[in-house]
Amino acid sequence: MLSNRHIIEMSDLTPDDIMLILDTAESFKEVNERRIKKLPTLRGRTVVNLFLEPSTRTRTSFELAAKRLSADGINFSASTSATVKGESLVDTAETLSAMACDLVIIRHKYAGAPRMLADHMDAHIINGGDGMHQHPTQALLDLFTMREKLGRLEGLTVGIVGDISHSRVAGSLIPALRMVGARPIVVAPPTLLPARPDVLGAEVATSLDDVLPELDVAYMLRIQMERAEGMPFPSVREYANLFGMNSARLAKMPPHAIVMHPGPMNRGVEISSHVADSPRSVVLDQVNAGVAVRMAAMYLLLGGDASGTAA
Amino acid sequence: MALLLKGGRVVDPAVGLDRVCDIVIDGDRIAEIGDDLTLAKGTTIECAEKIVMPGLVDVHVHLREPGYEYKEDIASGTRAAAHGGFTAVACMPNTNPVCDEGSAVRFIVERAAERGKVRVHPIGALTVGLKGQALAEMGDMLAAGAVAFSDDGEGVQNTGMMRLIMDYAKQFDAVVVAHSEDEALVGKGVVNEGVVSTRLGMAGWPAAAEDIMIMRDIRLAELTGCRLHVAHISTAGSVELVRQAKAKGLRVTAEVTPHHLFLDEEAVTNAYDTNVKMNPPLRSAADREALVEGLLDGTIDCIATDHAPHAPHEKALEFELAPFGSTGLETALPLVITNLIATNRAAWADVARWMAINPRAALKLPEVRLEVGGVADLTVIDPEAKVDVTAEFFQSKSANSAFLRATLLGKATEVFVGGRIALRNGKVVD
Repeated sequence: MLSNRHIIEMSDLTPDDIMLILDTAESFKEVNERRIKKLPTLRGRTVVNLFLEPSTRTRTSFELAAKRLSADGINFSASTSATVKGESLVDTAETLSAMACDLVIIRHKYAGAPRMLADHMDAHIINGGDGMHQHPTQALLDLFTMREKLGRLEGLTVGIVGDISHSRVAGSLIPALRMVGARPIVVAPPTLLPARPDVLGAEVATSLDDVLPELDVAYMLRIQMERAEGMPFPSVREYANLFGMNSARLAKMPPHAIVMHPGPMNRGVEISSHVADSPRSVVLDQVNAGVAVRMAAMYLLLGGDASGTAA
Repeated sequence: MALLLKGGRVVDPAVGLDRVCDIVIDGDRIAEIGDDLTLAKGTTIECAEKIVMPGLVDVHVHLREPGYEYKEDIASGTRAAAHGGFTAVACMPNTNPVCDEGSAVRFIVERAAERGKVRVHPIGALTVGLKGQALAEMGDMLAAGAVAFSDDGEGVQNTGMMRLIMDYAKQFDAVVVAHSEDEALVGKGVVNEGVVSTRLGMAGWPAAAEDIMIMRDIRLAELTGCRLHVAHISTAGSVELVRQAKAKGLRVTAEVTPHHLFLDEEAVTNAYDTNVKMNPPLRSAADREALVEGLLDGTIDCIATDHAPHAPHEKALEFELAPFGSTGLETALPLVITNLIATNRAAWADVARWMAINPRAALKLPEVRLEVGGVADLTVIDPEAKVDVTAEFFQSKSANSAFLRATLLGKATEVFVGGRIALRNGKVVD
């Protein structure tokens, strides 16, 4: 059982909660390797995927997780939702609440939307990414993958490279790493750093080459040009030269170090194809872990209900 | 009918008054001030243990009429003003249509005469439609009753245009009220740039975006000789700029809001409460303390609320989508008493300066002096009254207050506007 009803930001979880989710995900990962990938655990429970911003990967991952736990999953996406007709999020929340949904996964363009939902309905909420704020299940699946590949989390040095200021992935991953005793270093041009990265708990570096020898993990963020107001770097070429992960940089990292990416990748920009396809890249392991970690998050949130019907 | 205000502590530093005495109001004027006064015929209002001061004025409110009457109108906004202890307000021109011509000013003046509980002084637009492109008819608006000019809500971005505005306004000795916001620096900013923007994952609004514009406008005031009033100052840097301008002898005044004085960015939490979304945003604790210091040392002339009512459906949105602003008329005086008087950081004479005397001077409004023959615009304050700030407390149509759920100390119990009773025993008189 988790200490909070919702997973909206990392501070909703304790370090023990994180470990519980990761351990639970281990057993679900085993289920995902079976021929029949389905458990009856959440039979009769309703899970709504409220995706009000385009997403394929995260939505699919949550959808699969719900199906594998036998929950009834409903997709409520931007193109089909009332939101495009001008309904407020509060009304959407109250509508879903009236339909007695058990769990809502929300992806939204604006920060704080999951909190609004939680304030206006009884269901459990999982934040599937809110604006530039947080994306906690991504951080959890990243921790899962790091632990799986490197055998530990405590003491790891993780370089998070790229568009930190617009990244909800970094918004969750930095505090998540701190909670498990790892050391996050953000690496970016100052134009892609938030005003106070120290507040999130990260050290700051501006030279990727300088930090490479220290890293256990190089975590490459997608450059989100559509979000930036005017280009925060002169060209893709210069960005790739200074901050892109390539074979030469990979060689400067310790031999055990891995390269991660939340996807979708801009090949040739933040990561070269050679690195992306190399055994040192664990990008597909992250995707694989995503389903198990989301199953664990759903199971632990719903299984903790007093009704006891879930477990 | 004559009124006798009995036994209050009468405070008006403009006439050197701070003692317990009686005041007789006859018609719209003060007839007598002295000890042990009596009335042959009329109403006696017991003011023992209360403070009597010149009527408070708020030089920065949004009354929303015409165009946004669902948020507020002149009737409800002036009820809120009376409830908060104000005898007059100056209203901003960002209505629909924009108050940028004489007829629009006349509408407000007439509507206020018809339905207003307190005096209403319209502020006209600097530029047509608040677009920052063409001069509005300041002469015509002045003739219709405008008291000052502002594009509040929008900063004038073009420096050449601001120079033109100031040069033109100078012929009337009109006050230009500056909303200081460099839009290119603010971008999509919705909260102070720093700790909170980082923590909550929202675009930041740097303090420099205000400082730069205030620096520019002070230099333009120096160049043109125009009077400049800086609206809702929010940063330590801006306070220092105004301090320097005053030291140089420039005709620059400044106002600060209660929310910038008494809240900082830590009020913006992961609850994403849109009632603390302001323009300019709540700043750091250091900025907040610099504002209090600036007020105490006289750099900042006055307190103005930037009363910005919004309907519930507008504020019940995602933080980044919700409109900026908090209501302020009904909480300003209790906040000042709670935070500055009850803590002994300021005296009642300071409150009179910040909320009655200096704001009138800043906008060149007629003086209100507690002396025989003076206009009977007065506010009576109970310093010990308890105020629970709830949605039901407000006379405003809107309850989007940054101070909802606060418990405050002290409030106005009586308000007299030209001898007419607008507030009695804390209730608006219909």
